[in-house]
Amino acid sequence: MVAAVGMSQVSSSGIKWSFCGTSLERKAAAASKATNVAFAVRAAGYDEELVKTAKTIASPGRGILAIDESNATCGKRLASVGLENNEVNRQAYRQLLCTTPGLGEYISGAIMFEETLYQSTSDGRKMVDCLVEGGIIPGIKVDKGLVPLAGSNDESWCQGLDGLASRTAAYYKQGARFAKWRTVVSIPNGPSELAVTEAAWGLARYAAICQDTGLVPIVEPEVLLDGSHGIDTTLEVAERVWSKVFYFLAENNVLFEGILLKPSMVTPGAECPERATPEQVAEYTLKMLRRRVPPAVPGIMFLSGGQSEVEATLNLNAMNQSPNPWHVSFSYARALQNSVLKTWKGQPENLEAAQKALLVRAKANSLAQLGKYSAEGEAKEAKEGMFVKGYTY
Amino acid sequence: MVGRAMELAAATRSAFLGNGVESCLSPKACRSSFRTPTTTTTPGQIVMTSNFEKTNPYADELKKTAAFISAPGKGILASDESNATTGKRLATVGLDNTVENRQAWRELLYSAPGLGNYISGTIMFDETLFQSSRAGVPFVDILKEQGILPGIKVDTGLQPIDGTDGETATQGLDGLAERCQRYYKQGARFAKWRAVLKVDNEVLPSSTAILENAHGLARYAQICQANGLVPIVEPEVTLGEGDYSIERTAYISEKVNSHVFRLLNEYNVILEGILLKPNMILPGLDVPTPAPEEVARYTVRTMFRSVPGAVPGIHFLSGGMSEEEATLNLQALQAYGPTPWSLTFSYGRALQSSTLKMWAGQEENWQAAQERLVALAKANSDAQLGKYKGPHPSPGGQRILQALRLGGAGK
Repeated sequence: MVAAVGMSQVSSSGIKWSFCGTSLERKAAAASKATNVAFAVRAAGYDEELVKTAKTIASPGRGILAIDESNATCGKRLASVGLENNEVNRQAYRQLLCTTPGLGEYISGAIMFEETLYQSTSDGRKMVDCLVEGGIIPGIKVDKGLVPLAGSNDESWCQGLDGLASRTAAYYKQGARFAKWRTVVSIPNGPSELAVTEAAWGLARYAAICQDTGLVPIVEPEVLLDGSHGIDTTLEVAERVWSKVFYFLAENNVLFEGILLKPSMVTPGAECPERATPEQVAEYTLKMLRRRVPPAVPGIMFLSGGQSEVEATLNLNAMNQSPNPWHVSFSYARALQNSVLKTWKGQPENLEAAQKALLVRAKANSLAQLGKYSAEGEAKEAKEGMFVKGYTY
Repeated sequence: MVGRAMELAAATRSAFLGNGVESCLSPKACRSSFRTPTTTTTPGQIVMTSNFEKTNPYADELKKTAAFISAPGKGILASDESNATTGKRLATVGLDNTVENRQAWRELLYSAPGLGNYISGTIMFDETLFQSSRAGVPFVDILKEQGILPGIKVDTGLQPIDGTDGETATQGLDGLAERCQRYYKQGARFAKWRAVLKVDNEVLPSSTAILENAHGLARYAQICQANGLVPIVEPEVTLGEGDYSIERTAYISEKVNSHVFRLLNEYNVILEGILLKPNMILPGLDVPTPAPEEVARYTVRTMFRSVPGAVPGIHFLSGGMSEEEATLNLQALQAYGPTPWSLTFSYGRALQSSTLKMWAGQEENWQAAQERLVALAKANSDAQLGKYKGPHPSPGGQRILQALRLGGAGK
């Protein structure tokens, strides 16, 4: 369904646009009138590949393993099992995850931090090669983190646009085929119109630049779990945020068939006394998505954001009890890694057991994607919440 | 702005936790109850969001009405031509533009036997909503008998936007709420407002025109919903002179829809309670008419890219397509299912053109004309279900073009 779009070629005199073989050079007279784009030249020739990558990631029964924690955050993970935060330990941990046999049956993509994208295993194989051989598409976190947003109500914005085009081009060369950028909005702090606009605009610019260099952008405006607000408030805020996000994505001529979304589920705030069942979470979340997400988007990969492993799986399962216009799946970090870490404890002799633990969680979420998961037989630890107030990556 | 957001957040919190649960706002006190699952709403209960939706007594009804109109195999008969435009149509068969002639013409349409099998709603002009048949039966009653919901055109016509290249804004917001209430009382359950955008190879539509028309549609939609009428949102990228490509129309239509939905969202319009009435994606008049499959491909792609699934029905306007073209194109769309919204029709000219010619104001042609109308409606109903097989009741016609008419809606 994607029509052939024009290719742009940069020549020494500037950019020439061509459409179906006919050159259209901007006339001087017309340029003085209005500056309208004649039609969208989207994704600079990568459009077919982007669509294919996005569809492959959004394939039935599969989701994303997020292992893109910054070094500082990875350090927290390692510390929880008594390990020092150094490159060797980070390599060992990521190696454990990336070389898990059979992982590709449940995992279609893995998001990495820059260090890991360029790392090799202890026996000299590139991490990206391990993933690709396992049938998993490598992805890369490209944002440069959250910083305070001046003029706001103590809110944040996400940095990373400077030099993004050359970074993404280099990542593509290294083997990455999709990217991720996480920005946040906070309900206890408003969110202010400024914060929402900045979050949406940053995502839109990032997405356009990624597509231009061949990476499928995962669009992630996380509505933080922090707060004591009810589920109705979360719904309202999520609708506001996604409305702006899609508007700005369209303004930036982003190809919707070549993106993936990473929303937070619509739940009550972490400190709200009124909790919600998985069915309610599903109902609210799907309502929000139906109201805001054009069906052209191939996949919606939810973040877990502090839910327990079982909670995250149950909620995903509830959302897949009837057909959706887009693939509804997962992009989980903590909700896939928690049990793995606890099993591994940093000990090489626990490697196999830890990898098995990863497969257990991955398979559970795969079943949830197909709407066939049951929580019977799940371990107690898997049900423990992982919410951390004011959590930073 | 931030202070206001905080106010709203606080108000929502206290409204939600109202009755004596204030002590639980302290995080420590709540830690123990954090993990206890308690349900608030039962699954399947209406999920409210904005204050507008929460406090709107029509919210439920709007959604039901929109679902009814966009049901499978059904579409809309657009018969809301202003008196001035109706006059032009009547003139083509040699009839004067009188109240009686307009009344007779609409009576022919609304009382056509079996029309309700294929038509779920008909858009009317102000005069017609309050008219009766020549025997004195109110049109709204005739339609009710047929199982057809009355709708009402509420805009008051196009005006030029100064400083643009012939672009227009749509009027009608003043006093709209009162008019909606009056129309609802009379039996109307949906409304329509036509925004028009011109397109060319380079500069049209201007961002001015897009913003103006998107704003008008969003305000109109909200006011309608506040007063019980399902708004048909019609951002028509009009078929016009020129050699602009189908790709160009697709791109512009995406842009326009993006602006429209952004503003609908800003005004908290309940998307499950609207219907969209867009153009099919066609190139300029100087480009050879594309095959239905090509039109369908671009049209569905545009809809997939710009219309959230919450909208229950997309009712395409016929906008100059011949009667047969309108049916064939509608059928071709269905090959791209399943879709979250129904892809159906809201046709004026494509249901009325040959019907009018057959009647030509002659009593003896009355039945034949009605049969033509119903045959056309059935063809399009079949097409909506993907089941249309020829021959078409009105084959091989030419494009049925009409110039943009400026000025207020004629009396």
